[in-house]
Amino acid sequence: MSVTQEQPAAAAPQTDDLSWERVCLLSDLFPERGSAALLGDTQVALFRLPDDVVVATQQLDPFSGANVMSRGIVGTRAGVPTVAAPVYKQVYSLVTGECLDTAGYSPRPGREPRLVKYPVEVRDGVVHVAVQ
Amino acid sequence: MDSSGESRRLVVVGGGMVAQRFVEALRARDTAGTWQVDVFAEEPRKPYDRVALTKYFEVRDPEELTLGDPALWDDPAVTLHRDCAVTAIDREARTVTDRLGRVHPYDELVLATGSNAAMPPIPGNDLPGVFVYRTIDDVAALRGWVEQKREAGTTAGGFVKPVRGAVIGGGLLGLEAAGALKALGAEATVIEFGTHLMGVQIDLGGGHALKRLINDKGIGVRPQTATSAMKPHKRTGHVGHLEFGDGGRLDVDVVVVATGVRPRDELARTAGLEIGERGGAVVDLACRTSDEHVHAIGEVACIEGRCIGLVAPGYAMAEVVVDRLLGGEATFPGADTATKLKLSGVDVASFGDAHGRTEDAMEVVWADPAAGVYKKLVLSDDARTLLGGVFVGDAAPYASLRPMLGSQLPGDPGAFLLPEGGGGAPALELPDDANVCSCNNVSAGTIRAAVTEHECTDVAGVKACTRAGTTCGSCLPLVKKITNTELQRAGITVSNALCEHFELTRAQLFDAVRVADLHTFTEIIGRFGRVPEGADGPGRGCDICKPVVASILASLGNGHILAGEQATLQDTNDHMLANLQKDGTYSVVPRMPGGEVTPEGLIVVGEVARDFGLYTKITGGQRIDMFGARVEQLPDIWRRLVDAGFESGHAYGKSLRTVKSCVGSTWCRYGVQDSVGMAVDLELRYRGLRSPHKLKLGVSGCARECAEARGKDVGVIATEKGWNVYVGGNGGFTPRHAQLLAEDLTDEELVRTIDRFLMYYVRTADRLQRTATWIQDVEGGLEGVRKVILEDSLGIAADLDEAMARHVANYEDEWRAVLDDPEKLRRFSSFVNAPRTADPTLAYVPERGQRRPATDEERASGVIIAGPKLEVRA
Ligand code: SRM
Ligand SMILES: Cc1cc2nc3c(=O)[nH]c(=O)nc-3n(C[C@H](O)[C@H](O)[C@H](O)COP(=O)(O)OP(=O)(O)OC[C@H]3O[C@@H](n4cnc5c(N)ncnc54)[C@H](O)[C@@H]3O)c2cc1C
Ligand code: SF4
Ligand code: FES
Repeated sequence: MSVTQEQPAAAAPQTDDLSWERVCLLSDLFPERGSAALLGDTQVALFRLPDDVVVATQQLDPFSGANVMSRGIVGTRAGVPTVAAPVYKQVYSLVTGECLDTAGYSPRPGREPRLVKYPVEVRDGVVHVAVQ
Repeated sequence: MDSSGESRRLVVVGGGMVAQRFVEALRARDTAGTWQVDVFAEEPRKPYDRVALTKYFEVRDPEELTLGDPALWDDPAVTLHRDCAVTAIDREARTVTDRLGRVHPYDELVLATGSNAAMPPIPGNDLPGVFVYRTIDDVAALRGWVEQKREAGTTAGGFVKPVRGAVIGGGLLGLEAAGALKALGAEATVIEFGTHLMGVQIDLGGGHALKRLINDKGIGVRPQTATSAMKPHKRTGHVGHLEFGDGGRLDVDVVVVATGVRPRDELARTAGLEIGERGGAVVDLACRTSDEHVHAIGEVACIEGRCIGLVAPGYAMAEVVVDRLLGGEATFPGADTATKLKLSGVDVASFGDAHGRTEDAMEVVWADPAAGVYKKLVLSDDARTLLGGVFVGDAAPYASLRPMLGSQLPGDPGAFLLPEGGGGAPALELPDDANVCSCNNVSAGTIRAAVTEHECTDVAGVKACTRAGTTCGSCLPLVKKITNTELQRAGITVSNALCEHFELTRAQLFDAVRVADLHTFTEIIGRFGRVPEGADGPGRGCDICKPVVASILASLGNGHILAGEQATLQDTNDHMLANLQKDGTYSVVPRMPGGEVTPEGLIVVGEVARDFGLYTKITGGQRIDMFGARVEQLPDIWRRLVDAGFESGHAYGKSLRTVKSCVGSTWCRYGVQDSVGMAVDLELRYRGLRSPHKLKLGVSGCARECAEARGKDVGVIATEKGWNVYVGGNGGFTPRHAQLLAEDLTDEELVRTIDRFLMYYVRTADRLQRTATWIQDVEGGLEGVRKVILEDSLGIAADLDEAMARHVANYEDEWRAVLDDPEKLRRFSSFVNAPRTADPTLAYVPERGQRRPATDEERASGVIIAGPKLEVRA
């Protein structure tokens, strides 16, 4: 499959001087689940949505402090694609990275209840992610 | 102040519960802005929920107890002066003086100074370590003291000497305080002067049952004991022991005195207002004192000849004065003195004429002394009109009966006292004027109107709209029942929807999927999903419905849980076939059926744990858990376990966990059947069965019950003739004993009974509902379940049998199947671009010869001994 798309990133505005990294093939990612990727020192969660759009967020779960976001359940809330944190089940929008439901918890000290998003491009079946 | 500048000055002395309700009600009703209110509070905080004081030990944040909407105190018409007691009233000049000497004029004055905890004149009552239980400051000091004593009693070797506590006074408050001492980790003994506990509310019979329940909580009780002195400890000078009138003695580290309350009428006295015989400012039914410009409400008011130590009558008085100040004619409606003990796990409630003092009153009593249950109704001489009641050990009937006070009961009064499911009390349709929430004086009619007129669509809405259920909470079951009945009547379906994607309950969805013969999530949501508000299609499910559908598909036999689209539905635990831990690693639990394991098996487990550096622990389920396995290590670990003959223990699934066994007749000199053999058979039969919640079984070899089978969803106990089977037990948050379902079964009968019980549960229970609550929901309760599975009343027994047979035939070890399939194995990569690289942020420290995840502080201070890679020889 070769799908090319661009996605707006909420936290990291896309500019030309981003350094793009080839991460994996689109087919390496499981439909409607996440996978982790290691980009230098940065751990990223990649989610492959049903229409083969790929979203990248931080892998760190702000509420547990563990690097696990890729292992959450992917779904939708009112049509918006979401991921639910696997530890304490906070729900995040995969469009904005915003936490839609804190499930009654507070983030770990010094953490924000939202996920940083990274720009993703799928070019000729290869997933590229930019981490500045 | 309103624009005309004509507002009048109102001063409220006291910033407690009743003052808060008074100001709130006044501001809600005084729309013209007639009154400018100044509230003087001695305590340094906003009015808080004293009734919930004991919650302070849980929440620890005083703010959590704040009453009502804090915005009330930002209202320009209201000024709250905290930490600012009033010291004098000048009735002539109509002014009050505060503790800083400032003088404030009033047009009308409201006294709401509440009570003080009474301190009986026992010598030594001022020793350090003696506390009362009335304010947040009191409980904070008590907590600090207990913690300090515990620390002082902890030796270097880690041995902790228990903190010994005593509570003087066995009333409502004393028992609550004793519970609080226990919650703080201290021992507690209640010293009661009278013949029995809670003497004001309950009779002697109830008192006996209550003592048993309190003892069961690990709290000592000494009735008929007078405390003659509190003596200091020789070395510390802190309170050290109590001396009793009968010559007895009790060593203590902390004492809580809860012998009653005294109205704080000192201001009223010095101002020359009329004072009641036993204290309190005397008021008429309009809550006016002997000075027409001074009103008294709450515990300080002596109304109808007495002060009432409950919040509900105080709230009623607050409403009366508000009405009067706004030109109304309201009068005090009389006190509802119904009470319910707020001590978790101990059900006590009483209302009305609990002691049967009305002339010719009749009493209907139901008692089960062994179980600590005592229930009594007091009725008029024709045995119909309800005059009062006492409930100990099972207060379930309280919520629905209390509002019937003074009304005729339909049917046989005795039926209301029978244990749940034991005879069926007639349904009570409460009259509109029945008072449902006595704390907030809300009638059944008001709750119905909240639904019919104010468009509330759930209990939360009704609570916000009417305030019912917002104080002590004891009326909530009834509020819920009335609300739901009314919603149904109004044609509004009470939503049991699973989530925004499915209108159906889990049980309905299960049937729908089974009957429509669907096998994928896409088909299921396409067919039965709904379009959530704000979306243009049904969407792709969520973390609620996906695992439910996953479980349904698994129960119906759709192959491996990671096969095809099913993999997208699994919670992280099922997806990784392991249990997620706090640091993002997983735990590994191989099955050890019945808790039986060979020495060779133990050696393999030991070697695997050692080679992968896993922390090892024996679980509460008679098997071994290995913690700290990384995603990419799971297949390597399991390959070794599977090669040695182990299989998945499903510790991660909502499915059969363990069948606990005792050693039984093969070794034990008392055993009458082979309990281990039966446990192994049952565990192998039901392994892998996906269910609404986890399932646990137990098998004991005789009535000594060493396997604690009655604490399990299904408990089997050997008899001389066969097996007794019990159902619906669990531990956890609300522990329950399983109830007897059938007796003296043969092996085959036992297995068939459990097959049907489990399958019926799997098909009809709600999401995350364990067997105990499910049985309550089945029509007819346990009796209903018995009819379905033993008498086949629904004609589905054969179907259930067949479903279980299919499950048994199709079982395969989930882990072995993963190891045989490279596509499934690919899911166990740490990083898609570095599949075998460990998460570099993992860090461990040693503890008791093993390792555990480092805390944030340890990471910061650098004491970490090992990064993610610790294995000695992987
Ligand atoms: C490992 C173990 C504690 C131990 O070190 O002994 C344990 C550990 C957990 N228990 Fe448990 N429970 C363990 C025995 C028990 C027992 C004792 C027993 O089974 O005899 C109980 C009380 C009996 C009962 O279930 O009725 C128990 C009552 C709970 C509950 C409360 C269930 C309830 O109905 O209220 C939960 C919470 C839940 O399931 O929603 C829970 C949940 C958990 C979870 C799954 C919490 C979580 O999501 O992380 C823990 C993770 C297990 C893991 O990571 O491997 N665990 N848990 C025990 C594993 C037993 C096993 O071999 O499978
Ligand atoms: C642990 C505990 C559990 C309870 N459980 C229940 C229950 O389950 N059900 C129930 O109905 N009741 C219960 N109560 C009783 C209930 O809390 C009281 O009935 C209620 O608080 C009375 O309200 P009040 O406003 O009259 O008095 P309070 O709430 O005591 O308020 C009076 C306030 O006035 C202040 N004050 C006194 N003198 C002055 C002055 N001169 N100047 C300024 N301020 C002054 C005091 O400091 C106090 O803050 C419980 C009480 C306790 C302590
Ligand atoms: S329950 Fe009975 S058979 Fe089992 S160990 Fe105890 S005494 Fe022995
Ligand atoms: S009766 Fe106490 S909150 Fe309703």
